[in-house]
Amino acid sequence: MAKITMREAISQALMEEMDRDPAVFILGEEVGVWGGTYAVTKGFYDKYGAARVKDTPIAENAIIGAAIGAAMVGQRPIAELMTINFAFSAMDYIVNQAAKLRYMFGGQFTLPMVIRAVGGGGRQLGATHSQTPDAIFAHFPGLKVVSPGTPEDAKGLLKSAIRSNDPILFIEHATMYQVRGEVPEGEYTIPIGKSKVQRPGKDLTIVTYCKGLELSMKAADELAKEDIEAEIVDLRTLRPLDMEPVLESFKKTNRAIVVEEGWKSYGVGSEVVSRIYEEAFDYVDAPIIRVAQKEVPLPYNRTLEQAALPQVPDIVAAAKEVVK
Amino acid sequence: MKKEQLLDLYYQMVLIRRVEERGAELYQAGKIGGFMHLYIGQEAVSTGLIAAREPRDRVITAYRDHGVALNCGISSNEVMAELLGKATGMSKGKGGSMHMADTSKNMWGGHAIVGGHLPVASGLALGDQYAGNDNVTICMFGDGATNIGYFHEALNLAKTWGLRVLWVCENNQYGMGTAVERASAVTEIRQKAEGYGMKNGQADGMDVMKVYEAAKDAIEYVRKEGQPYLLEVDTYRFRGHSMGDPERYRKAEEVKQWQENDPIGIFNKYLLDKKAATRKQLDEIEARVEEEVAKAVEFAEASPEPTMEDLFKDIYADN
Repeated sequence: MAKITMREAISQALMEEMDRDPAVFILGEEVGVWGGTYAVTKGFYDKYGAARVKDTPIAENAIIGAAIGAAMVGQRPIAELMTINFAFSAMDYIVNQAAKLRYMFGGQFTLPMVIRAVGGGGRQLGATHSQTPDAIFAHFPGLKVVSPGTPEDAKGLLKSAIRSNDPILFIEHATMYQVRGEVPEGEYTIPIGKSKVQRPGKDLTIVTYCKGLELSMKAADELAKEDIEAEIVDLRTLRPLDMEPVLESFKKTNRAIVVEEGWKSYGVGSEVVSRIYEEAFDYVDAPIIRVAQKEVPLPYNRTLEQAALPQVPDIVAAAKEVVK
Repeated sequence: MKKEQLLDLYYQMVLIRRVEERGAELYQAGKIGGFMHLYIGQEAVSTGLIAAREPRDRVITAYRDHGVALNCGISSNEVMAELLGKATGMSKGKGGSMHMADTSKNMWGGHAIVGGHLPVASGLALGDQYAGNDNVTICMFGDGATNIGYFHEALNLAKTWGLRVLWVCENNQYGMGTAVERASAVTEIRQKAEGYGMKNGQADGMDVMKVYEAAKDAIEYVRKEGQPYLLEVDTYRFRGHSMGDPERYRKAEEVKQWQENDPIGIFNKYLLDKKAATRKQLDEIEARVEEEVAKAVEFAEASPEPTMEDLFKDIYADN
């Protein structure tokens, strides 16, 4: 096992897949000469050239639309959105085209494409550049939405996404590129649509993903000091949602909280909690609590921004509430 | 063009007309649901255009797509079955009037979002450029689609990257019920290509031979130069925008005036004047079409509905 950063994990996945399959190419804003605004594709332009690492105009409809068309005729484009906030500009292409073309034409079209997008708050980028709108995209059948929380998962899931024959939105977090973690040596992939227990425990279940995983792992350490053993289930994929490990854990602990960075209303937590109530109601020993972002547009001011985002103490407090 | 090919173009135009007329009746009888946009009046455009392509050239269009589908070689049986939502339609009854495609015929769909397929057309051409071939993507759209951002992003990308797209604007004078001059800063749509340094031209869309000649030249340019081209084709839809159009926005005299310019009538006269066909031959084609369309309706009506299992099929390629 090697310890690498999230940035290196994603970069390695891209490079390995580009080396493996000539149909794979990258397009997006500043992915080439610049090396990627988060430096994920640094060095790619020199290695693969302008034909495979394509700098695009700042035109999200063109980026995602072109990726869709190229995928329809058999290429495997990876479109990078500089931030997921720009996905709103290309909403029609993501939800109205990518998610629907296969079904709407009776299965004639196959769209082997990945949209990589960076989301999340915490970098004082202001309200329009700091959102976590994952749940919106997970709402649409036809799209798959993946959002890893560790370098190991990021690498393995991205490789699977690139090999997949379906359109996949792959959401990374802007503050997690320096997160380090163990990654297996050599070739490996991780299947899309599988949740995973990232930390075993017996007293409560914390369901989370992406940035929420980082925070929840820290919260679990705090809770352990008070003899509360939290089991952490990482969703990793939001659609299709794998509830099995969540339900299995919940049937053991009978108590749960859900941690996400997005807003609470109509969020990922709302979905998970509903599913637990629908499928494991008899096991519920305490109301399930959602820990999420305050219902405000994210402010620029650092103190206010941090106050709006879910934090480790919020998770600890919610966990104590459900086990008391 | 050889005589057989000329007669085939005539057959295609009459076929589109009759399929649309029967479709309208079936719609009024409640057998076709949703939106339905007829191609009546515009037959010469896609007929001339698609006759000019090679089979390896791709076609993608908007929601007024029945005629384009027929021109690309999709059978009238399948078109009619899709209109009726049957499992035997090319999109298995899941697409309907606005979503007809057959990749084996290089027909990449009718697309229902105005302008939405234009960046996708750039993408089809990008895929071909990446594969290293010189296929041309023919992308058809209405005048209304040239006012939306997608159009501009798609044209800019095509020119910047040297993508082989023939952009064809079917200027039928109205975006739904809004006349071109009420919605577009320039009424001559091809001028919009100038802003992208893109070569462009114009053709009379009521005359199939003129469309064919213009398209032939444009396709050759696109293929040889590895550059996009915008062809504006002036045409007119004889019916409303869709089946539910009250047509309050245009005068009966205007419609009548254009109808005197019927593209089928013009081509009929051309063939007879050129002695490319006899009256009898043309009558025979019309009779053949009547029979074919009657059979297509029978086929569609007798076809099975999609099953409940089909409801959940083809959402994803991988499970």
